[in-house]
Amino acid sequence: MKEEKNMKGISRRRFIKGVGTGIVGSYVMLPTMKDSEAKITKSPKDEVLESVRTETLETTINGRKVKSKVEPRTTLADFLRDYLELTGTKVVCNHGECGGCSVILDGRAVYSCMLLALDANGKEVITIEGLMSGENLHPLQQAFIEHDGLQCGFCTPGQIMAAYALLKKFPNPTDEQIMTGMSGNLCRCAAYPNIIKSVRGAAKKMNS
Amino acid sequence: MEKNKKNFKIVGKPIVRQDGVTKVTGKAKFAADYNFPNELQSVMLRIHSSHALIKSIDFSCIENDSNVAAIIDHRDIPGDKKVGVIKKDQPIFCSEKVVTPGDVIAMIVGKSERELIKIKDKIKIEYEDLPVLTDPSKSLETDAPLIHPEYKSNLIVHYPLRKGNVDSGFSNSEHILEQTYTTQNIEHAYIEPECVTAIPQIDNSIKIIGSIQNPHTTRRIVAAVLGISLSQVVIIQADLGGSFGGKDDTMNILSARAAVAAIKTGRPVKIKYSREDSILESYKRHPYVMHYKVGYNSSGKITTMKIDVTADGGAYASMSPFVTWRTVVQATGPYEIENVWTDVKAVYTNNPYTGAMRGFGSPQPIFAQESIMDEIAERLGMNPVEIREINALKQNSVTSTGQRLENHEVTLTKAMKTAIEKTGFVDKWNNYRNQSLDKSNFILSGEDLILSEDKFISRQDKLRRGIGLSISLRGCSLGAEGIDAAAALVAVQPDGSVYLLSGLAENGQGLRTTYSIVAAEILGIATDKIIYLEQDTSRIPDSGPTVASRATLMGGGAFRNASEIIQKRITNLLLNEWQLDKEAELIFEDSMIKHIASNKSIEFTEACSFASQRGINLSVVGWYKGPDVSWDEEIGQGSAYFTYVYGCHVAEVSVNINTGEIYINKITAVHDAGKIINILGAQGQVYGGSTQGAGYAVWEEIDKHNGFIREMNFDQYLIPTSKDIKSIDAIFIEGEDDYGAWGAKSLGEPTLELTAGAIANAVKNATGKRYFNLPLNLEEILLNRKLRPEDMKRGSE
Repeated sequence: MKEEKNMKGISRRRFIKGVGTGIVGSYVMLPTMKDSEAKITKSPKDEVLESVRTETLETTINGRKVKSKVEPRTTLADFLRDYLELTGTKVVCNHGECGGCSVILDGRAVYSCMLLALDANGKEVITIEGLMSGENLHPLQQAFIEHDGLQCGFCTPGQIMAAYALLKKFPNPTDEQIMTGMSGNLCRCAAYPNIIKSVRGAAKKMNS
Repeated sequence: MEKNKKNFKIVGKPIVRQDGVTKVTGKAKFAADYNFPNELQSVMLRIHSSHALIKSIDFSCIENDSNVAAIIDHRDIPGDKKVGVIKKDQPIFCSEKVVTPGDVIAMIVGKSERELIKIKDKIKIEYEDLPVLTDPSKSLETDAPLIHPEYKSNLIVHYPLRKGNVDSGFSNSEHILEQTYTTQNIEHAYIEPECVTAIPQIDNSIKIIGSIQNPHTTRRIVAAVLGISLSQVVIIQADLGGSFGGKDDTMNILSARAAVAAIKTGRPVKIKYSREDSILESYKRHPYVMHYKVGYNSSGKITTMKIDVTADGGAYASMSPFVTWRTVVQATGPYEIENVWTDVKAVYTNNPYTGAMRGFGSPQPIFAQESIMDEIAERLGMNPVEIREINALKQNSVTSTGQRLENHEVTLTKAMKTAIEKTGFVDKWNNYRNQSLDKSNFILSGEDLILSEDKFISRQDKLRRGIGLSISLRGCSLGAEGIDAAAALVAVQPDGSVYLLSGLAENGQGLRTTYSIVAAEILGIATDKIIYLEQDTSRIPDSGPTVASRATLMGGGAFRNASEIIQKRITNLLLNEWQLDKEAELIFEDSMIKHIASNKSIEFTEACSFASQRGINLSVVGWYKGPDVSWDEEIGQGSAYFTYVYGCHVAEVSVNINTGEIYINKITAVHDAGKIINILGAQGQVYGGSTQGAGYAVWEEIDKHNGFIREMNFDQYLIPTSKDIKSIDAIFIEGEDDYGAWGAKSLGEPTLELTAGAIANAVKNATGKRYFNLPLNLEEILLNRKLRPEDMKRGSE
């Protein structure tokens, strides 16, 4: 499909140019990164934090070391969104039911609304913002676009992170494994048939 | 310009969505992803009652709390204190009484939401509980408590439809069948909960950015509440995380609250709802009680229908008058019936209010009418296809509203034939019907089989298969509900790149991509030359709401209009330059403009640059207005909609008769939505609609106890997952029509409305037993009734 190809190329370039790189480094690019230590000095929660007990959290987010004071009860999802402004991770039910907040913690997909930020202490977190390598989309991201594995896109970061963990565990998943592996992530637009196609397509590409 | 173009370059092909890259990288900005300096958070103040008089509210103990920036209530509203699309019955903040548990009395704003939640409990509210009305069938009784006493009745609206003579119709019918069907409350369950921020501007205007479905409607409400002009309110739509009809009234009210608070404090004010807030306060799909009485002859011809429908409007009128109007038009289904007498009423109760949701008054009657059609067939020894072939609307048929279907291709039976051939329907239906049933597992209750209690764990005869179908017609766009017109901006730049914007708003369904395809097709360019602008009410005319599956039809028409005007301007310029005949035809394709006979051609980009140098304006606001429709309120007769779409769903299920569990093996969905603009987007609509329709049929229900909702999050409100439907087959037949962009019509809602009817018929085919109440959950299948909780406690509470 000629139009399709052109469109993707251009819009990706346009996207990179327009949005910039933000605070996130790439997981894959980690070895070449110089300023891998980033101390969080300011966050929208600062004013609140002055009056409450805090703990120090040291973790690795998308290949970047992060050190921050957090209120112990802060969830990992809120930490990512409010402290680091990594708003790709979505809070949907805040109840461990829908998978919208899925991130990778030491290689496994977890619901970040059900974990405390301090649970990530000394561990490695990957969020949707950490999947691209430089200007290149991850094969899963590419596949979700190609197979239209989304509509409104709100659950999509969580879907892609769940799929990322699934393909780590089963590099050649059967359809049944995909359906089961993705069933912890709700999509009300119900793009499910295309989500399954996307995961299948990405697996094929990653194995070739 | 050509009316029905045939050789499309882009239209109908799979085109990936424009917003794909931002959405898969997490960069798409949804409403809760916006933060503003000095922004305040907010919490809502409610009382634990479904119906109460407010006696007094004492804010004194929190007024001096440093965490509180302001307390906002009805006294802060300079303009309209109550809003509503037809009846202005819904207060922004309740002052005298509350009429449903989601009602909000005041809003507290401050820096920390967490602190505000603690402080909120200190506020002392005295109130007196009033009698609670939760059963819509009792709303119109003389001793029913009045929800809104100022209207002197709990009746929101009543639509009659009278055609032919039902009395003589019934007395001349050989058979009569009467049944009652009920359907439940449904939550939209958009994955993104509501969020909006209002930002005061230095020129006394207000800017609002939020998860808003209909920015121009929100602007109208906010301006009325603030008592300022429309031009002083700018609404910007953030990327929208699903809506399905649900981010309309609720978002208008939240936007108004945020705006009032922003003006009072002079700071940006954000309202961000949790899932629980969202389910508590947002509106739902209407529960219906539907009585059908049908007169028919042994030949299978249905002659007469008398239908009585009561819709639970809940505490506020909201969209009930429009939702139930579609019901009265479509209550008899896609059948040609001589004598019809329909009454559709919507009434107030203290339940959560109900409004627009994908389907909009059609999923309920389709479940009823498709169930009763199968039952009539059964009684006459026919199969479901035969009874429908006899009665289905065909070319030039007359609908129940007296409208002759002559201006478009009527593809109802074609859709049904396609579906039954694709699925091998008739053979399967016959085979499944004759599955052997070990009746020892059942006790007989009248005609019905009910599983006897000690047989629940038996493994014999466990899974039974079934197949069922349903068909529908659906009026496109708003119909006689309202003025139907839309605007589209196409702005071609001197380098050939293009901006687009419409007054209709992206809801996640892929509207931006659809519109880009329409413009690209006419201008002969690739869609990657097109940028879709941010949805901003100050930059584009009001095009009515993005509802009623009207965006492709109306907006598509407007983009076609704007693009063709630009094409004509470029053509005129080039014909003059090339000294060709004024009537000569130029071809716009592959980013070139050509005149075949003279072998002249120019690149599109060069032509745009040339036009710019010659002072030709290539920025056009196109307009598309639907043809006039007509409606007689007294008798419910007229040309209700200017055109229709048709569809057929076939559901294949397995039912575990020991547990009552229904497994959905396959949905085959055949739709005539007219010309398909983007096949990827169209398939997505079918997957989404069928799945939501299956959720409606089998799993989903908002269950109320004295007006209080039990299912406050996704642990109890179960929506379908990737495992729940094995496969969905989306098939399109493209009927001819002249409206919109090459006859591209409606698809979003038709895909949802048919599924529950087809599943109910499949379950009957599997179990031999007919069910009359949605959802078909375990207890409905096994016990023939719904198990209700005795209290509202959840889990470990």
